[in-house]
Amino acid sequence: MNLDLLTAITVFVLAVLVGFEVISKVPATLHTPLMSGANSIHGIVAIGAMIIAAEAHNAIGYILAFVAVAFGAMNVVGGYVVTDRMLHMFRSRPGGAAGPAAGQPAGRKTEA
Amino acid sequence: MDTLETVIRYLFLAAAACFVLGLHLMNSPRTARRGNTLSAAAMAVAIGATVVLLADESAITATGWLVLISGGLVGSAAGLYYARSVAMTAMPQLVSVFNAVGGGAAALIVLGEVLQAHDPGLLGARSTVPGALDVVIGAVTFSGSLIAAGKLQGIVPGRPIVFPGARAVNAALPVLCAVCSVWLVLDPGSTAALLLLTAAALAFGVTMVLPIGGADMPVVISLLNAFTGTAVAMAGFVLNEPTLIIAGALVGASGGILTKLMADAMNRSIAAIIVGGFGTGDGGPADDGGGASQVRALSADDVAIQLAYAGRVVVVPGYGLAAAQAQHELGELADVLEAHGVEVSYAIHPVAGRMPGHMNVLLAEVNVPYTQLKEMEDANPEFPQADVALVIGANDVTNPAARRPGNAISGMPILDVDRARSIVVIKRSMGHGYAGMDNPLYTDPKTGMFFADAKKGLAELKAAVRTFIA
Repeated sequence: MNLDLLTAITVFVLAVLVGFEVISKVPATLHTPLMSGANSIHGIVAIGAMIIAAEAHNAIGYILAFVAVAFGAMNVVGGYVVTDRMLHMFRSRPGGAAGPAAGQPAGRKTEA
Repeated sequence: MDTLETVIRYLFLAAAACFVLGLHLMNSPRTARRGNTLSAAAMAVAIGATVVLLADESAITATGWLVLISGGLVGSAAGLYYARSVAMTAMPQLVSVFNAVGGGAAALIVLGEVLQAHDPGLLGARSTVPGALDVVIGAVTFSGSLIAAGKLQGIVPGRPIVFPGARAVNAALPVLCAVCSVWLVLDPGSTAALLLLTAAALAFGVTMVLPIGGADMPVVISLLNAFTGTAVAMAGFVLNEPTLIIAGALVGASGGILTKLMADAMNRSIAAIIVGGFGTGDGGPADDGGGASQVRALSADDVAIQLAYAGRVVVVPGYGLAAAQAQHELGELADVLEAHGVEVSYAIHPVAGRMPGHMNVLLAEVNVPYTQLKEMEDANPEFPQADVALVIGANDVTNPAARRPGNAISGMPILDVDRARSIVVIKRSMGHGYAGMDNPLYTDPKTGMFFADAKKGLAELKAAVRTFIA
Protein backbone atom coordinates (compact mmCIF):
# COMPACT_ATOMS: atom_id res chain seq x y z
CA MET A 1 0.00 0.00 0.00
CA ASN A 2 1.27 3.44 -0.84
CA LEU A 3 1.04 5.98 1.87
CA ASP A 4 2.45 9.39 1.16
CA LEU A 5 4.51 11.04 3.84
CA LEU A 6 2.01 13.79 4.59
CA THR A 7 -0.83 11.30 5.12
CA ALA A 8 1.39 9.15 7.35
CA ILE A 9 2.37 12.13 9.48
CA THR A 10 -1.28 13.25 9.67
CA VAL A 11 -2.31 9.82 10.93
CA PHE A 12 0.55 9.83 13.45
CA VAL A 13 -0.18 13.30 14.86
CA LEU A 14 -3.92 12.68 15.17
CA ALA A 15 -3.35 9.30 16.83
CA VAL A 16 -1.00 10.89 19.38
CA LEU A 17 -3.66 13.52 20.17
CA VAL A 18 -6.39 10.88 20.50
CA GLY A 19 -4.04 8.90 22.74
CA PHE A 20 -3.43 11.90 25.01
CA GLU A 21 -7.16 12.56 25.23
CA VAL A 22 -8.19 8.99 26.03
CA ILE A 23 -5.30 8.06 28.30
CA SER A 24 -5.38 11.19 30.44
CA LYS A 25 -8.78 9.92 31.69
CA VAL A 26 -7.38 6.64 33.00
CA PRO A 27 -7.27 6.77 36.83
CA ALA A 28 -3.93 6.33 38.64
CA THR A 29 -5.31 3.10 40.14
CA LEU A 30 -5.12 1.48 36.71
CA HIS A 31 -1.78 2.83 35.51
CA THR A 32 0.01 -0.51 35.74
CA PRO A 33 -2.64 -2.42 33.73
CA LEU A 34 -2.65 0.54 31.32
CA MET A 35 1.07 0.05 30.75
CA SER A 36 0.89 -3.68 30.24
CA GLY A 37 -2.15 -3.11 28.01
CA ALA A 38 -0.08 -0.63 26.00
CA ASN A 39 2.59 -3.32 25.77
CA SER A 40 0.14 -5.66 24.10
CA ILE A 41 -1.05 -2.93 21.73
CA HIS A 42 2.48 -2.30 20.49
CA GLY A 43 2.53 -6.05 19.91
CA ILE A 44 1.05 -4.92 16.57
CA VAL A 45 4.71 -5.01 15.44
CA ALA A 46 3.93 -8.70 14.91
CA ILE A 47 2.18 -7.61 11.69
CA GLY A 48 5.28 -5.77 10.56
CA ALA A 49 7.36 -8.81 11.41
CA MET A 50 5.07 -10.96 9.26
CA ILE A 51 5.55 -8.60 6.32
CA ILE A 52 9.32 -8.91 6.82
CA ALA A 53 9.00 -12.68 6.81
CA ALA A 54 7.28 -12.42 3.44
CA GLU A 55 10.12 -10.35 2.00
CA ALA A 56 12.92 -12.52 3.40
CA HIS A 57 14.90 -14.50 0.86
CA ASN A 58 18.04 -15.62 2.66
CA ALA A 59 19.19 -16.96 6.02
CA ILE A 60 19.77 -13.51 7.57
CA GLY A 61 16.31 -12.39 6.51
CA TYR A 62 14.68 -15.50 7.94
CA ILE A 63 16.55 -15.21 11.24
CA LEU A 64 15.61 -11.54 11.62
CA ALA A 65 11.99 -12.36 10.79
CA PHE A 66 11.92 -15.29 13.22
CA VAL A 67 13.18 -13.19 16.14
CA ALA A 68 10.90 -10.26 15.26
CA VAL A 69 7.82 -12.50 15.00
CA ALA A 70 8.69 -14.23 18.28
CA PHE A 71 9.16 -10.86 20.04
CA GLY A 72 5.88 -9.53 18.63
CA ALA A 73 3.94 -12.66 19.58
CA MET A 74 5.39 -12.49 23.10
CA ASN A 75 4.17 -8.89 23.38
CA VAL A 76 0.67 -9.70 22.16
CA VAL A 77 0.02 -12.88 24.13
CA GLY A 78 1.93 -11.99 27.29
CA GLY A 79 0.59 -8.44 27.40
CA TYR A 80 -3.07 -9.36 27.13
CA VAL A 81 -2.84 -12.31 29.52
CA VAL A 82 -1.05 -10.39 32.27
CA THR A 83 -3.33 -7.36 31.89
CA ASP A 84 -6.38 -9.59 32.22
CA ARG A 85 -4.85 -11.27 35.26
CA MET A 86 -4.32 -7.92 36.95
CA LEU A 87 -7.72 -6.48 36.07
CA HIS A 88 -9.37 -9.63 37.38
CA MET A 89 -8.01 -8.76 40.82
CA PHE A 90 -9.64 -5.32 40.94
CA ARG A 91 -12.97 -5.74 42.65
CA SER A 92 -15.35 -3.26 44.24
CA ARG A 93 -16.05 -5.25 47.40
CA PRO A 94 -13.88 -7.55 49.51
CA GLY A 95 -14.27 -11.29 49.80
CA GLY A 96 -13.50 -12.78 46.41
CA ALA A 97 -13.13 -16.45 45.63
CA ALA A 98 -9.72 -16.83 47.20
CA GLY A 99 -7.30 -14.94 49.36
CA PRO A 100 -6.92 -14.03 53.00
CA ALA A 101 -10.31 -12.31 53.19
CA ALA A 102 -12.21 -15.54 52.47
CA GLY A 103 -12.39 -16.64 56.08
CA GLN A 104 -13.82 -13.34 57.36
CA PRO A 105 -17.49 -12.75 58.16
CA ALA A 106 -19.25 -11.49 55.06
CA GLY A 107 -21.43 -8.66 56.37
CA ARG A 108 -18.75 -6.33 57.63
CA LYS A 109 -18.78 -2.65 56.93
CA THR A 110 -16.93 -1.22 53.96
CA GLU A 111 -16.80 2.16 52.39
CA ALA A 112 -19.33 2.78 49.70
CA MET B 1 -6.09 -2.90 -4.47
CA ASP B 2 -8.30 -5.92 -5.06
CA THR B 3 -11.48 -6.60 -3.09
CA LEU B 4 -9.82 -8.83 -0.52
CA GLU B 5 -7.15 -6.29 0.27
CA THR B 6 -9.78 -3.57 0.57
CA VAL B 7 -11.73 -5.68 3.05
CA ILE B 8 -8.57 -6.32 5.03
CA ARG B 9 -7.72 -2.61 5.07
CA TYR B 10 -11.13 -1.91 6.61
CA LEU B 11 -10.53 -4.65 9.18
CA PHE B 12 -7.24 -2.96 10.11
CA LEU B 13 -9.10 0.32 10.53
CA ALA B 14 -11.67 -1.38 12.77
CA ALA B 15 -8.87 -2.91 14.84
CA ALA B 16 -7.23 0.49 15.33
CA ALA B 17 -10.59 1.93 16.41
CA CYS B 18 -11.03 -0.94 18.88
CA PHE B 19 -7.60 -0.20 20.41
CA VAL B 20 -8.80 3.35 21.12
CA LEU B 21 -12.12 2.10 22.51
CA GLY B 22 -10.30 -0.47 24.64
CA LEU B 23 -8.11 2.26 26.12
CA HIS B 24 -11.20 4.38 26.67
CA LEU B 25 -12.84 1.57 28.68
CA MET B 26 -9.76 1.61 30.93
CA ASN B 27 -11.09 4.80 32.54
CA SER B 28 -12.85 2.77 35.22
CA PRO B 29 -11.90 -0.48 36.99
CA ARG B 30 -15.45 -1.68 36.30
CA THR B 31 -15.09 -1.65 32.52
CA ALA B 32 -11.32 -2.05 32.17
CA ARG B 33 -11.38 -5.81 31.76
CA ARG B 34 -13.90 -5.54 28.93
CA GLY B 35 -11.64 -2.95 27.29
CA ASN B 36 -8.68 -5.30 27.42
CA THR B 37 -10.72 -8.13 25.91
CA LEU B 38 -11.94 -5.85 23.10
CA SER B 39 -8.38 -4.79 22.39
CA ALA B 40 -7.18 -8.41 22.37
CA ALA B 41 -9.98 -9.44 19.98
CA ALA B 42 -9.07 -6.58 17.64
CA MET B 43 -5.44 -7.70 17.69
CA ALA B 44 -6.44 -11.28 16.86
CA VAL B 45 -8.50 -10.05 13.90
CA ALA B 46 -5.65 -7.85 12.64
CA ILE B 47 -3.14 -10.71 12.81
CA GLY B 48 -5.57 -13.17 11.22
CA ALA B 49 -6.25 -10.68 8.40
CA THR B 50 -2.52 -10.32 7.77
CA VAL B 51 -2.17 -14.09 7.47
CA VAL B 52 -5.02 -14.15 4.91
CA LEU B 53 -3.44 -11.28 2.99
CA LEU B 54 -0.03 -12.96 2.84
CA ALA B 55 -1.58 -16.28 1.79
CA ASP B 56 -3.68 -14.60 -0.89
CA GLU B 57 -0.75 -12.75 -2.41
CA SER B 58 1.23 -16.01 -2.12
CA ALA B 59 4.12 -13.66 -1.49
CA ILE B 60 5.60 -15.84 1.14
CA THR B 61 7.78 -18.91 0.67
CA ALA B 62 7.36 -22.22 2.48
CA THR B 63 10.39 -21.39 4.60
CA GLY B 64 8.76 -18.04 5.35
CA TRP B 65 5.63 -19.79 6.64
CA LEU B 66 7.75 -22.11 8.75
CA VAL B 67 9.59 -19.12 10.24
CA LEU B 68 6.31 -17.31 10.89
CA ILE B 69 4.60 -20.24 12.57
CA SER B 70 7.56 -21.37 14.64
CA GLY B 71 8.40 -17.79 15.69
CA GLY B 72 4.78 -17.15 16.61
CA LEU B 73 4.57 -20.33 18.65
CA VAL B 74 7.85 -19.76 20.49
CA GLY B 75 6.99 -16.13 21.27
CA SER B 76 3.42 -16.91 22.34
CA ALA B 77 4.53 -19.74 24.61
CA ALA B 78 7.21 -17.59 26.24
CA GLY B 79 4.81 -14.68 26.69
CA LEU B 80 2.06 -16.91 28.06
CA TYR B 81 4.35 -18.62 30.54
CA TYR B 82 5.89 -15.36 31.75
CA ALA B 83 2.50 -13.61 32.06
CA ARG B 84 0.94 -16.50 33.98
CA SER B 85 3.82 -17.12 36.38
CA VAL B 86 4.98 -13.59 37.19
CA ALA B 87 4.51 -12.38 40.78
CA MET B 88 2.66 -9.07 41.14
CA THR B 89 5.72 -7.56 42.84
CA ALA B 90 7.73 -8.43 39.71
CA MET B 91 5.33 -6.60 37.36
CA PRO B 92 7.78 -3.74 36.63
CA GLN B 93 10.34 -6.28 35.38
CA LEU B 94 7.75 -7.90 33.12
CA VAL B 95 6.67 -4.56 31.64
CA SER B 96 10.35 -3.72 31.08
CA VAL B 97 11.02 -7.01 29.29
CA PHE B 98 7.92 -6.52 27.13
CA ASN B 99 9.12 -2.97 26.33
CA ALA B 100 12.44 -4.49 25.33
CA VAL B 101 11.00 -7.09 22.95
CA GLY B 102 8.63 -4.53 21.43
CA GLY B 103 11.44 -2.09 20.74
CA GLY B 104 13.69 -4.92 19.58
CA ALA B 105 11.09 -6.21 17.13
CA ALA B 106 10.60 -2.71 15.71
CA ALA B 107 14.35 -2.33 15.15
CA LEU B 108 14.61 -5.81 13.59
CA ILE B 109 11.84 -4.96 11.13
CA VAL B 110 13.82 -2.08 9.70
CA LEU B 111 17.06 -4.08 9.73
CA GLY B 112 15.26 -6.79 7.76
CA GLU B 113 13.63 -4.30 5.41
CA VAL B 114 16.95 -2.65 4.54
CA LEU B 115 19.15 -5.78 4.47
CA GLN B 116 16.65 -7.72 2.36
CA ALA B 117 15.86 -4.94 -0.10
CA HIS B 118 16.86 -5.94 -3.64
CA ASP B 119 18.68 -2.69 -4.14
CA PRO B 120 18.94 -0.81 -0.83
CA GLY B 121 20.73 2.00 -2.64
CA LEU B 122 17.38 2.98 -4.15
CA LEU B 123 15.68 3.51 -0.78
CA GLY B 124 14.71 7.15 -0.48
CA ALA B 125 14.73 9.45 2.52
CA ARG B 126 11.02 8.63 2.87
CA SER B 127 12.12 5.19 4.15
CA THR B 128 15.59 5.82 5.55
CA VAL B 129 14.82 8.76 7.85
CA PRO B 130 12.07 6.97 9.82
CA GLY B 131 14.14 3.81 9.43
CA ALA B 132 17.17 5.30 11.14
CA LEU B 133 14.95 6.76 13.88
CA ASP B 134 13.33 3.35 14.35
CA VAL B 135 16.67 1.56 14.68
CA VAL B 136 17.99 4.14 17.17
CA ILE B 137 14.87 4.27 19.35
CA GLY B 138 14.18 0.54 19.10
CA ALA B 139 17.72 -0.54 19.94
CA VAL B 140 18.04 1.97 22.82
CA THR B 141 14.74 0.67 24.20
CA PHE B 142 15.85 -2.94 23.82
CA SER B 143 19.13 -2.72 25.71
CA GLY B 144 17.91 -0.01 28.12
CA SER B 145 14.82 -1.98 29.11
CA LEU B 146 16.84 -5.13 29.69
CA ILE B 147 19.17 -3.22 32.02
CA ALA B 148 16.16 -1.69 33.80
CA ALA B 149 14.61 -5.15 34.20
CA GLY B 150 17.94 -6.45 35.51
CA LYS B 151 18.09 -3.65 38.07
CA LEU B 152 14.53 -4.33 39.20
CA GLN B 153 15.18 -8.05 39.42
CA GLY B 154 18.43 -7.46 41.32
CA ILE B 155 20.66 -9.05 38.67
CA VAL B 156 22.20 -5.65 37.97
CA PRO B 157 22.84 -3.60 41.15
CA GLY B 158 19.98 -1.14 41.74
CA ARG B 159 22.29 1.67 42.84
CA PRO B 160 23.45 4.12 40.21
CA ILE B 161 26.50 2.70 38.40
CA VAL B 162 28.86 5.40 37.23
CA PHE B 163 32.17 4.39 35.68
CA PRO B 164 35.00 6.83 34.93
CA GLY B 165 34.20 8.81 31.81
CA ALA B 166 30.56 7.69 31.84
CA ARG B 167 29.31 11.21 31.16
CA ALA B 168 31.63 11.58 28.18
CA VAL B 169 30.48 8.23 26.77
CA ASN B 170 26.86 9.22 27.38
CA ALA B 171 27.40 12.42 25.44
CA ALA B 172 29.41 10.78 22.63
CA LEU B 173 27.06 7.88 21.84
CA PRO B 174 24.06 10.03 20.81
CA VAL B 175 26.40 12.02 18.54
CA LEU B 176 27.64 8.77 17.01
CA CYS B 177 24.00 7.67 16.51
CA ALA B 178 23.22 10.96 14.76
CA VAL B 179 26.31 10.68 12.51
CA CYS B 180 25.47 7.09 11.54
CA SER B 181 21.85 8.09 10.85
CA VAL B 182 22.95 10.80 8.44
CA TRP B 183 25.40 8.36 6.83
CA LEU B 184 22.62 5.81 6.36
CA VAL B 185 20.27 8.37 4.83
CA LEU B 186 22.97 9.58 2.40
CA ASP B 187 24.10 6.05 1.54
CA PRO B 188 21.18 3.64 2.12
CA GLY B 189 23.14 0.73 0.65
CA SER B 190 25.79 0.89 3.36
CA THR B 191 25.50 -2.14 5.63
CA ALA B 192 28.34 -0.75 7.73
CA ALA B 193 26.35 2.39 8.55
CA LEU B 194 23.34 0.30 9.55
CA LEU B 195 25.32 -2.06 11.78
CA LEU B 196 27.34 0.72 13.42
CA LEU B 197 24.12 2.63 14.06
CA THR B 198 22.58 -0.44 15.72
CA ALA B 199 25.66 -1.06 17.85
CA ALA B 200 25.91 2.58 18.97
CA ALA B 201 22.21 2.66 19.89
CA LEU B 202 22.46 -0.62 21.83
CA ALA B 203 25.46 0.70 23.76
CA PHE B 204 23.69 3.98 24.47
CA GLY B 205 20.70 2.13 25.95
CA VAL B 206 23.04 0.45 28.43
CA THR B 207 25.01 3.56 29.41
CA MET B 208 21.83 5.61 29.67
CA VAL B 209 20.07 3.35 32.20
CA LEU B 210 23.07 2.15 34.26
CA PRO B 211 23.57 5.46 36.15
CA ILE B 212 19.87 5.75 37.06
CA GLY B 213 18.97 4.72 40.61
CA GLY B 214 16.30 2.23 41.66
CA ALA B 215 13.96 4.89 43.01
CA ASP B 216 13.77 6.56 39.58
CA MET B 217 12.56 3.37 37.91
CA PRO B 218 8.90 4.47 37.59
CA VAL B 219 10.05 7.31 35.32
CA VAL B 220 12.48 5.14 33.36
CA ILE B 221 9.95 2.39 32.64
CA SER B 222 7.37 4.94 31.51
CA LEU B 223 9.90 6.66 29.28
CA LEU B 224 11.02 3.38 27.69
CA ASN B 225 7.35 2.49 27.16
CA ALA B 226 6.93 5.74 25.22
CA PHE B 227 10.10 4.92 23.24
CA THR B 228 8.75 1.50 22.26
CA GLY B 229 5.54 3.03 20.99
CA THR B 230 7.46 5.59 18.94
CA ALA B 231 9.72 2.90 17.48
CA VAL B 232 6.67 0.89 16.41
CA ALA B 233 5.16 4.00 14.79
CA MET B 234 8.44 4.57 12.89
CA ALA B 235 8.33 0.96 11.67
CA GLY B 236 4.82 1.80 10.41
CA PHE B 237 6.27 4.73 8.43
CA VAL B 238 8.86 2.45 6.81
CA LEU B 239 6.38 -0.33 6.00
CA ASN B 240 3.55 2.07 5.00
CA GLU B 241 1.24 0.50 7.55
CA PRO B 242 -1.20 3.00 9.13
CA THR B 243 -2.20 0.41 11.78
CA LEU B 244 1.35 0.31 13.13
CA ILE B 245 1.52 4.10 13.09
CA ILE B 246 -1.75 4.42 15.02
CA ALA B 247 -0.96 1.73 17.60
CA GLY B 248 2.57 3.04 18.09
CA ALA B 249 1.32 6.61 18.50
CA LEU B 250 -1.24 5.50 21.12
CA VAL B 251 1.45 3.72 23.13
CA GLY B 252 3.81 6.66 22.71
CA ALA B 253 1.14 9.01 24.06
CA SER B 254 0.42 6.69 26.97
CA GLY B 255 4.08 6.37 27.91
CA GLY B 256 4.56 10.12 27.51
CA ILE B 257 1.69 10.97 29.85
CA LEU B 258 2.89 8.49 32.48
CA THR B 259 6.46 9.78 32.25
CA LYS B 260 5.26 13.33 32.84
CA LEU B 261 3.03 12.27 35.76
CA MET B 262 5.83 10.31 37.43
CA ALA B 263 8.41 13.07 37.00
CA ASP B 264 5.95 15.64 38.41
CA ALA B 265 5.17 13.39 41.36
CA MET B 266 8.88 13.15 42.12
CA ASN B 267 9.36 16.88 41.63
CA ARG B 268 12.12 16.34 39.08
CA SER B 269 12.51 17.03 35.42
CA ILE B 270 12.88 14.10 33.03
CA ALA B 271 16.22 15.50 31.86
CA ALA B 272 17.52 15.64 35.45
CA ILE B 273 16.67 11.98 35.95
CA ILE B 274 18.35 10.85 32.73
CA VAL B 275 21.59 12.79 33.24
CA GLY B 276 21.32 12.57 37.02
CA GLY B 277 23.15 9.44 37.99
CA PHE B 278 22.15 9.57 41.63
CA GLY B 279 19.33 8.12 43.69
CA THR B 280 18.78 5.31 46.11
CA GLY B 281 19.31 1.65 45.51
CA ASP B 282 16.94 -1.11 46.56
CA GLY B 283 18.52 -1.42 50.00
CA GLY B 284 17.32 2.02 51.00
CA PRO B 285 19.32 4.52 52.95
CA ALA B 286 21.34 3.02 55.78
CA ASP B 287 22.71 6.12 57.49
CA ASP B 288 21.10 7.13 60.74
CA GLY B 289 20.11 10.76 60.48
CA GLY B 290 20.07 13.15 63.38
CA GLY B 291 17.09 13.85 65.61
CA ALA B 292 16.59 10.26 66.74
CA SER B 293 16.53 11.47 70.34
CA GLN B 294 13.42 13.62 69.89
CA VAL B 295 11.20 10.96 68.38
CA ARG B 296 8.68 8.84 70.25
CA ALA B 297 9.44 5.16 69.69
CA LEU B 298 6.49 2.80 70.02
CA SER B 299 6.27 -0.95 70.60
CA ALA B 300 3.98 -3.25 68.61
CA ASP B 301 1.55 -3.32 71.54
CA ASP B 302 1.35 0.50 71.73
CA VAL B 303 0.52 0.68 68.02
CA ALA B 304 -1.98 -2.18 68.29
CA ILE B 305 -3.94 -0.35 71.02
CA GLN B 306 -3.92 2.86 68.99
CA LEU B 307 -5.20 1.04 65.89
CA ALA B 308 -7.83 -1.00 67.71
CA TYR B 309 -9.35 2.11 69.35
CA ALA B 310 -9.40 4.07 66.09
CA GLY B 311 -12.60 4.61 64.14
CA ARG B 312 -10.85 5.41 60.90
CA VAL B 313 -7.36 4.40 59.77
CA VAL B 314 -5.70 5.68 56.60
CA VAL B 315 -2.81 3.51 55.44
CA VAL B 316 -0.02 5.25 53.52
CA PRO B 317 1.97 2.53 51.75
CA GLY B 318 5.24 3.51 50.11
CA TYR B 319 8.16 2.20 48.11
CA GLY B 320 9.48 0.43 51.25
CA LEU B 321 6.35 -1.74 51.42
CA ALA B 322 6.78 -2.82 47.80
CA ALA B 323 10.51 -3.41 48.28
CA ALA B 324 9.85 -5.55 51.38
CA GLN B 325 6.98 -7.37 49.56
CA ALA B 326 4.85 -6.85 52.66
CA GLN B 327 1.48 -6.39 50.94
CA HIS B 328 0.11 -9.73 52.21
CA GLU B 329 0.89 -8.83 55.83
CA LEU B 330 -0.75 -5.43 55.31
CA GLY B 331 -3.88 -7.05 53.84
CA GLU B 332 -4.14 -9.41 56.81
CA LEU B 333 -3.73 -6.57 59.34
CA ALA B 334 -6.45 -4.59 57.53
CA ASP B 335 -8.77 -7.61 57.61
CA VAL B 336 -8.32 -7.98 61.37
CA LEU B 337 -9.00 -4.26 61.89
CA GLU B 338 -12.04 -4.22 59.61
CA ALA B 339 -13.49 -7.27 61.34
CA HIS B 340 -13.14 -5.25 64.56
CA GLY B 341 -15.17 -2.41 63.00
CA VAL B 342 -12.34 -0.06 62.09
CA GLU B 343 -12.77 1.74 58.77
CA VAL B 344 -9.59 1.27 56.69
CA SER B 345 -8.66 3.10 53.51
CA TYR B 346 -5.43 3.59 51.56
CA ALA B 347 -3.86 6.85 50.43
CA ILE B 348 -1.65 6.16 47.44
CA HIS B 349 0.96 8.58 46.13
CA PRO B 350 1.63 8.32 42.38
CA VAL B 351 5.20 7.07 42.93
CA ALA B 352 4.34 4.73 45.81
CA GLY B 353 5.43 1.55 44.00
CA ARG B 354 8.15 0.70 41.55
CA MET B 355 6.17 1.65 38.44
CA PRO B 356 3.09 3.81 37.80
CA GLY B 357 0.08 2.37 39.68
CA HIS B 358 2.08 -0.55 41.05
CA MET B 359 0.88 -0.15 44.64
CA ASN B 360 -2.75 -0.43 43.55
CA VAL B 361 -2.05 -3.77 41.88
CA LEU B 362 -0.23 -5.07 44.96
CA LEU B 363 -3.17 -4.11 47.18
CA ALA B 364 -5.73 -5.47 44.72
CA GLU B 365 -3.81 -8.74 44.84
CA VAL B 366 -4.50 -9.03 48.58
CA ASN B 367 -8.21 -8.39 47.99
CA VAL B 368 -8.36 -4.73 48.94
CA PRO B 369 -11.41 -3.39 47.05
CA TYR B 370 -10.49 -0.60 44.64
CA THR B 371 -13.09 1.68 46.27
CA GLN B 372 -10.74 1.87 49.28
CA LEU B 373 -7.74 2.88 47.15
CA LYS B 374 -7.63 6.68 47.20
CA GLU B 375 -5.56 8.77 44.81
CA MET B 376 -3.66 11.67 46.31
CA GLU B 377 -6.26 14.38 45.47
CA ASP B 378 -9.08 12.34 47.03
CA ALA B 379 -7.08 11.13 50.02
CA ASN B 380 -5.75 14.48 51.23
CA PRO B 381 -9.10 15.98 52.35
CA GLU B 382 -9.71 12.82 54.41
CA PHE B 383 -6.62 12.99 56.61
CA PRO B 384 -8.10 15.47 59.16
CA GLN B 385 -10.86 12.91 59.86
CA ALA B 386 -8.44 10.02 60.26
CA ASP B 387 -7.77 8.83 63.81
CA VAL B 388 -4.56 7.13 62.77
CA ALA B 389 -2.46 7.57 59.64
CA LEU B 390 -0.31 4.44 59.32
CA VAL B 391 2.75 5.23 57.18
CA ILE B 392 4.60 2.15 55.92
CA GLY B 393 7.89 2.57 54.10
CA ALA B 394 7.09 6.03 52.76
CA ASN B 395 9.23 9.05 53.53
CA ASP B 396 9.63 12.00 51.17
CA VAL B 397 6.03 11.79 49.91
CA THR B 398 4.86 12.53 53.48
CA ASN B 399 7.37 15.29 54.25
CA PRO B 400 5.55 18.52 55.19
CA ALA B 401 8.73 20.45 54.31
CA ALA B 402 7.55 20.22 50.69
CA ARG B 403 5.02 22.97 51.48
CA ARG B 404 7.83 25.39 52.41
CA PRO B 405 9.98 27.03 49.77
CA GLY B 406 13.74 26.73 49.60
CA ASN B 407 14.53 23.03 49.98
CA ALA B 408 15.11 20.00 47.77
CA ILE B 409 11.49 18.89 47.72
CA SER B 410 9.72 22.28 47.71
CA GLY B 411 6.58 22.10 45.64
CA MET B 412 6.56 18.30 45.43
CA PRO B 413 3.00 17.00 45.78
CA ILE B 414 2.71 15.20 49.12
CA LEU B 415 0.12 13.32 51.16
CA ASP B 416 -1.09 15.50 54.05
CA VAL B 417 -0.30 12.83 56.63
CA ASP B 418 0.60 15.44 59.28
CA ARG B 419 -3.04 16.61 59.33
CA ALA B 420 -4.28 13.30 60.73
CA ARG B 421 -5.22 13.16 64.44
CA SER B 422 -2.32 10.82 65.14
CA ILE B 423 0.40 9.22 63.05
CA VAL B 424 2.26 5.93 63.27
CA VAL B 425 5.31 5.43 61.05
CA ILE B 426 6.70 1.96 60.41
CA LYS B 427 10.30 2.42 59.33
CA ARG B 428 13.56 0.56 59.76
CA SER B 429 15.61 3.47 61.03
CA MET B 430 15.71 7.24 61.12
CA GLY B 431 17.53 7.15 57.78
CA HIS B 432 16.80 9.73 55.15
CA GLY B 433 14.63 9.21 52.12
CA TYR B 434 15.55 9.70 48.53
CA ALA B 435 15.84 13.48 48.84
CA GLY B 436 18.29 13.14 51.75
CA MET B 437 16.24 15.42 54.00
CA ASP B 438 15.05 15.30 57.61
CA ASN B 439 11.33 14.64 57.82
CA PRO B 440 9.70 16.94 60.43
CA LEU B 441 6.76 14.50 60.48
CA TYR B 442 8.82 12.12 62.63
CA THR B 443 9.46 14.69 65.35
CA ASP B 444 5.83 15.86 65.39
CA PRO B 445 4.38 15.27 68.90
CA LYS B 446 1.41 13.44 67.26
CA THR B 447 3.74 10.92 65.64
CA GLY B 448 4.93 7.61 67.04
CA MET B 449 7.70 5.62 65.37
CA PHE B 450 7.58 1.84 65.17
CA PHE B 451 11.07 0.78 64.12
CA ALA B 452 10.79 -2.45 62.15
CA ASP B 453 11.07 -3.95 58.70
CA ALA B 454 7.70 -3.53 56.95
CA LYS B 455 7.07 -7.26 56.56
CA LYS B 456 8.05 -8.26 60.12
CA GLY B 457 6.54 -5.16 61.70
CA LEU B 458 3.13 -5.69 60.10
CA ALA B 459 3.09 -9.37 61.10
CA GLU B 460 3.88 -8.37 64.71
CA LEU B 461 1.16 -5.71 64.61
CA LYS B 462 -1.43 -8.17 63.35
CA ALA B 463 -0.59 -10.59 66.18
CA ALA B 464 -0.67 -7.78 68.74
CA VAL B 465 -4.04 -6.44 67.52
CA ARG B 466 -5.46 -9.99 67.58
CA THR B 467 -4.38 -10.57 71.19
CA PHE B 468 -5.66 -7.17 72.21
CA ILE B 469 -9.17 -7.47 70.77
CA ALA B 470 -9.60 -11.16 71.58
